[in-house]
Amino acid sequence: MAQPLSNETVESKPSLSEELRKPLPKILQTERRGRILTFVSSWVLIVILFSLLIFITSKGIAPFIKGEVSFSNFFSTTWNPSANAYGSLSFILGSLIVSVCAALVSAPLGIGAAIFMTEIAPNWGRKILQPTTEILVGIPSVVYGFVGLTVIVPFIREQFGGLGFGLLAGVIVLSIMILPTIVSISVDTFQSIPRHIREGSYALGATRWQTISRLLIRTSLPGLMTGVVLGMARAFGEALAVQMVIGNSTNLPFDLFTPISTLTSIITLNMGNTVQGSTYNSVLWSMALILLIMTLLFIVLIRWMTKRRDQLQ
Amino acid sequence: MADKIVVHDFNLYYGENQALKDIELNIEEKKVTALIGPSGCGKSTFLRSINRMNDLIPGVRTTGSIKIDGKNVYSEEQDLVLLRKHVGMVFQQPNPFPLSIYDNIAYGPRIHGIKDRKKLDEIVERTLTQANLWDEVKDRLHSSALGLSGGQQQRLVIARVLAVQPDVILMDEPASALDPISTERLEELIIQLKEEYTIVIVTHNMQQAARVSDMTAFFLNGEIIEYSETNRLFTNPSDSRTEDYISGRFG
Ligand SMILES: Nc1ncnc2c1ncn2[C@@H]1O[C@H](COP(=O)(O)OP(=O)(O)O)[C@@H](O)[C@H]1O
Ligand SMILES: [Mg+2]
Repeated sequence: MAQPLSNETVESKPSLSEELRKPLPKILQTERRGRILTFVSSWVLIVILFSLLIFITSKGIAPFIKGEVSFSNFFSTTWNPSANAYGSLSFILGSLIVSVCAALVSAPLGIGAAIFMTEIAPNWGRKILQPTTEILVGIPSVVYGFVGLTVIVPFIREQFGGLGFGLLAGVIVLSIMILPTIVSISVDTFQSIPRHIREGSYALGATRWQTISRLLIRTSLPGLMTGVVLGMARAFGEALAVQMVIGNSTNLPFDLFTPISTLTSIITLNMGNTVQGSTYNSVLWSMALILLIMTLLFIVLIRWMTKRRDQLQ
Repeated sequence: MADKIVVHDFNLYYGENQALKDIELNIEEKKVTALIGPSGCGKSTFLRSINRMNDLIPGVRTTGSIKIDGKNVYSEEQDLVLLRKHVGMVFQQPNPFPLSIYDNIAYGPRIHGIKDRKKLDEIVERTLTQANLWDEVKDRLHSSALGLSGGQQQRLVIARVLAVQPDVILMDEPASALDPISTERLEELIIQLKEEYTIVIVTHNMQQAARVSDMTAFFLNGEIIEYSETNRLFTNPSDSRTEDYISGRFG
């Protein structure tokens, strides 16, 4: 062995280069253990996901395969399980309409709040509005439903007559629920625009409003849309709060003030009261499958939009 | 020669910190004036005072005057939109908007009320040609400006400034993020532009100041130490601190 040149590494201590050349067995061992651990956990995740997908899909298509329910029956609007009429179209439409309307209400409010927080009053926005949205995200949905039940439903009843339960109450509760999602994603999007982009606009003589409306909103559109779709997906999948205020009747969802149902509200209300293996129970699984497919579509949409956003930046 | 910009007794404070002290400077029309000096001596601050970009920073206070064509830009009745239309600015980091090349150029004119497509087309072609960029981008005007190289982006930004028809162009170390060939093209452009525009350029690079500018001001700790013709300042400085700086003894 060559004499160590520096007198600091005199005795048994190997030099750094030697240490780097042959990693200690202990390091190799930890490395191997870590690799096994991450390998196993990712496979557990994949297995769980696929079993769920397979389980729900097989359960969901079973009534059609067994011939218990036909497609035309399922996709009709007559819901009367005791007479073997399992028309779920009203609920599918109910889910879609209530979440799209909630997103339409929340999008301008949420994006507006985000603009206020990032562009108009950044100090105040960061100190007060940001924590507020974080708290709003953390409130459990049953609380939103409860508030809807005690405040919004009676309010609608007094102002417009009728029961107060229905599409409008559902839209209001859901739009409040998804507002923080839209706000926080929009805030992130605006904050990711570099300062020199804004300065470039001001230096050309643009006013603050012109900079916001012609440059910032336009360049962050994919990001803003991602927030809106994410909020819509959340509204679509929400069960508890919706079920508490929507009225749970089988009407078509084309009137703001009549009680209706959504896929999630029908499932949560009936899953405990139906016999396992009965056609009624199986049809609930078909509805779950529809929810799953729609959620996957939302995710595909979001991924596509984030990809577009990243390409632009 | 006519003085385009006259700075008199100008002071600027960031809160308690004084960044510019008693600045006196006459900038001539259709000349290139270079601002040199070590980092942190106030060059960018001074440049941003001319088009009042410092107004965007909270806590900035100024005294004294900066007159352009005889009118104090710090007077009460100064319209900021108009000021920035007349005084364009090019930043250190090329900052094209994440829009198409066409929309980058059309952004300024549209803000100032031009909607006619033909007119916008004409402005886009004219300014890109002026900025020596037309031939490189004429086939992809509608693709993203972010796909351009750094040097092309900086020329695009200059074209974008030209599109609002300024008469003064401020440049803050416009070549510091560029490679040597792009820098050379940018310097050619600057020399070409001074036929029509009054240009004030901050630069770290003394050869660059010597190549492109007619007049040079040497800044140190928020003050102007020396201001004279570029040739004279570099060959025969009258202040020993200028001499130390240009001979590389500090900075
Ligand atoms: N936004 C700001 N807030 C507070 N101080 C600043 C700000 N920008 C610059 N300064 C200070 O002003 C001085 C001059 O800075 P600057 O004009 O950027 O110098 P230069 O461009 O010559 O490098 C520096 O001391 C810097 O710290
Ligand atoms: Mg600077």
